[in-house]
Amino acid sequence: MKILVAVKRVVDYAVKVRVKPDRTGVETANVKMSMNPFCEIAVEEALRLREAGAAAEVVAATIGPAQSADTLRTALAMGADRAVHVLHDPDPARPLLPLVVAKILRAVALQEKPGLVILGKQAIDDDCNQTGQMLAGLLQWPQGTFASKVLLDKEKQKATVEREVDGGIETICLKLPAVITTDLRLNQPRYATLPNIMKAKSKVIKKVTPEDLNVDIRSDMEVTEVNEQPKRKAGVILSSVDELLDKLKNEARVL
Amino acid sequence: MHRAIRAAAAAAGRGLSSARGASPRSPGAPAWGAIRWLCSGREALSYDVVIVGAGPAGLAAAIRLKQLCRAADADLSVCVLEKGSEVGAHVLSGNVFEPRALDELIPKWRQEDAPIRVPVSSDKFWLLTKNQAWTLPSPFDNKGNYVISLSQLVRWMATKAEELGVEVYPGFAASEILYDENQIVTGVATNDVGIAKDGTKRETFQPGVELRGRITLLAEGCRGSLSEKIIRNHKLRERGQGQHQTYAIGIKEIWEIEEGKHEPGSVIHTVGWPLDTKTYGGSFLYHLDDRQLAIGLVVALNYRNPFLSPYDEFQKFKQHPAVRKLLEGGTAVQYGARTLNEGGFQSIPYPVFPGGAIIGCSAGFLNVPKIKGTHTAMKSGMLAAEATFQALIEGSSMELYWENIKKSWIWEELRTARNYRPAFEYGFVPGMALSALERYVFKGKSPYTLKHGKPDHEATDAANRHTPIQYPKPDGQITFDVPTSLYSYFKVEVMCLPNNIFILYSNPSFLWYRSNTNHEHDQPPHLRLRDPTVPERINLPVYAGPESRYCPARVYEYVTDEKGDPKLHINAQNCLHCKACDIKDPKQNIEWTVPEGGGGPGYTVM
Repeated sequence: MKILVAVKRVVDYAVKVRVKPDRTGVETANVKMSMNPFCEIAVEEALRLREAGAAAEVVAATIGPAQSADTLRTALAMGADRAVHVLHDPDPARPLLPLVVAKILRAVALQEKPGLVILGKQAIDDDCNQTGQMLAGLLQWPQGTFASKVLLDKEKQKATVEREVDGGIETICLKLPAVITTDLRLNQPRYATLPNIMKAKSKVIKKVTPEDLNVDIRSDMEVTEVNEQPKRKAGVILSSVDELLDKLKNEARVL
Repeated sequence: MHRAIRAAAAAAGRGLSSARGASPRSPGAPAWGAIRWLCSGREALSYDVVIVGAGPAGLAAAIRLKQLCRAADADLSVCVLEKGSEVGAHVLSGNVFEPRALDELIPKWRQEDAPIRVPVSSDKFWLLTKNQAWTLPSPFDNKGNYVISLSQLVRWMATKAEELGVEVYPGFAASEILYDENQIVTGVATNDVGIAKDGTKRETFQPGVELRGRITLLAEGCRGSLSEKIIRNHKLRERGQGQHQTYAIGIKEIWEIEEGKHEPGSVIHTVGWPLDTKTYGGSFLYHLDDRQLAIGLVVALNYRNPFLSPYDEFQKFKQHPAVRKLLEGGTAVQYGARTLNEGGFQSIPYPVFPGGAIIGCSAGFLNVPKIKGTHTAMKSGMLAAEATFQALIEGSSMELYWENIKKSWIWEELRTARNYRPAFEYGFVPGMALSALERYVFKGKSPYTLKHGKPDHEATDAANRHTPIQYPKPDGQITFDVPTSLYSYFKVEVMCLPNNIFILYSNPSFLWYRSNTNHEHDQPPHLRLRDPTVPERINLPVYAGPESRYCPARVYEYVTDEKGDPKLHINAQNCLHCKACDIKDPKQNIEWTVPEGGGGPGYTVM
């Protein structure tokens, strides 16, 4: 069985994000980029499943500009067998939204025919938390999102997923092929060692375009402006409930 | 989280180009020039040359080696290890760049998109008092120089190196020197990763890897951890120019200022306030492009008053009317700190050891009166590369590196500059007077060579000879507390000392990650105390715990434990890898060792 892992190149989580002076988007020049932390967990889970014998091959995929190949090399250095790079130059005014990403991944999945697609639950730049779910819907495959534990049964072609939900942990059983999105507590991603990084250089990255996959990436949403959060104003200590009501009515105008 | 992985991405991605066309060095050698065998439980990779540190010296050496190979139709495999998560992440410098060495290394750099775009347009020198700025004749001559971000330059140099076939691996920290049975250095080993705070192996444990090199070049920057060990073990200071090294700490911020206030290429240096006449140091304000301003304060680490906090002096400096007005309306974008060498000519060690050599600031070639060390660091890397090439191809001795340094412009330049800094041992006014004498009368041909004073760590007076300095509270607009400079969340702690009460501020509504510093949380602290009782026995009672003040990341704090006794708490996670503690600790009890690769600051425009 093959596992397809989708990864995303995002601004490194430790970087202070700033808005560009022209307010068209967030500053990404001269800024450190890395693999989305949830995607690292997804790659790690796929590798563990392969090491446990439940899968034969782990394929990493990403959608992005030429530099996204770095992210794929990370996945390969961690242990993925090969990678697919869907080339797309980002336009800050029309970023790729989850629905389009899901459509592209669907096309890749239909080509690769994996038994399992694993993604991070959300990307730390847009925090959408939609791609995995939409992908499952488009493929008409079952989904196990916010996974904190995954057990694969190869003979029965089933995956048992423990999901972190508001009320606690929900355990569901999915028939393969299925889509799983990872949550933080699923695993601790491994370090890529120097020898593995060197090995990764010779692993194959297949390059395709959205046109090759017959996916229309036109977006019907446009980003008009990005602003920094307004600075928090100092709080005011009031002396009575009457004063509070007065301020709520006349200043904040919420009553 | 997993900087090593991130680093691997960047490395592996950029490393793609190095996999091509390497001519076989020995039958059956894989294309990337590494042979592996298992030795002492660790995997070992072999290269002809292993370079520790992807800074200007390390990369200049790597580039020069590959150029020499091309010219001679030979091939040498070259590997550069870098502890930062990406090349440039740990590089911080003023920087007014003198292109002398780069002109020799890559003569066509102007046509190759080098991030050297802003020529120096004006050069001012001010003497500051609390409220005034007096213009003095500028002792600098920066015609032909450029205002740059060294972090950016070094990233560009790394791409040039990789184009030539150098393998650059950021995210890997060289923590150990490898020796053979004859005590000859045979390479370095990276540290084991995935060890928990208590020393046990975590789930993600990976043993370090040995990188064996026929020649090893150490280019770790000022006070490099491996370099210091080699210098001590091989007595390289005594065998060189003889004097100990002296240091300063540079604290720097990059600001984006208002359009009307920005003059690209404007260079200003100041002396005087806020430092007193007994403390050597000064500030710099360099205008880059894109409305960016590099602003910093350099304080010599042989200061006497243990209550001095270079970070707070810097914040104070920013409040000077002439400086404040530049910063008002602007935003602080990045913050960082790093120590630098001030020993100059008198402190140059003999830089060759069996199996390799020390290059760049790890040896110490900074020209103090010019306040420039990048050009000499690069030149030293190039000279070492030339000696290395000859040693590996023709079998000559690495001693040639030392000979070449003495014949080069590095030597001449540092010799001419040798008396400026030591003159200040006699005080500020004598220092200025002697400097004027050097510059205008002797013009570098002075018949004497002044000596340095006490080593920096011995220069600290006991706390009872000074009064604590009351630093003004940060205003959050121009001046900031350390947590704001480092990152957001921080606990408020009250440190109670026998005579004084110190309060650490916190401002949790800010979400600044200005230094982008972070380390994997669950790892043993990399700042080691040789004797764990010394802080509470000596540092605190005698010197009032100076480490809690000179560290620009507030790694060291004295907190009261349950019994009410003060205890040193080390927040190793904040560390900016500046090495001030390794230098200034009065009993030299603090040892800076290298943490897991990929941690530390994330400078991009410093």
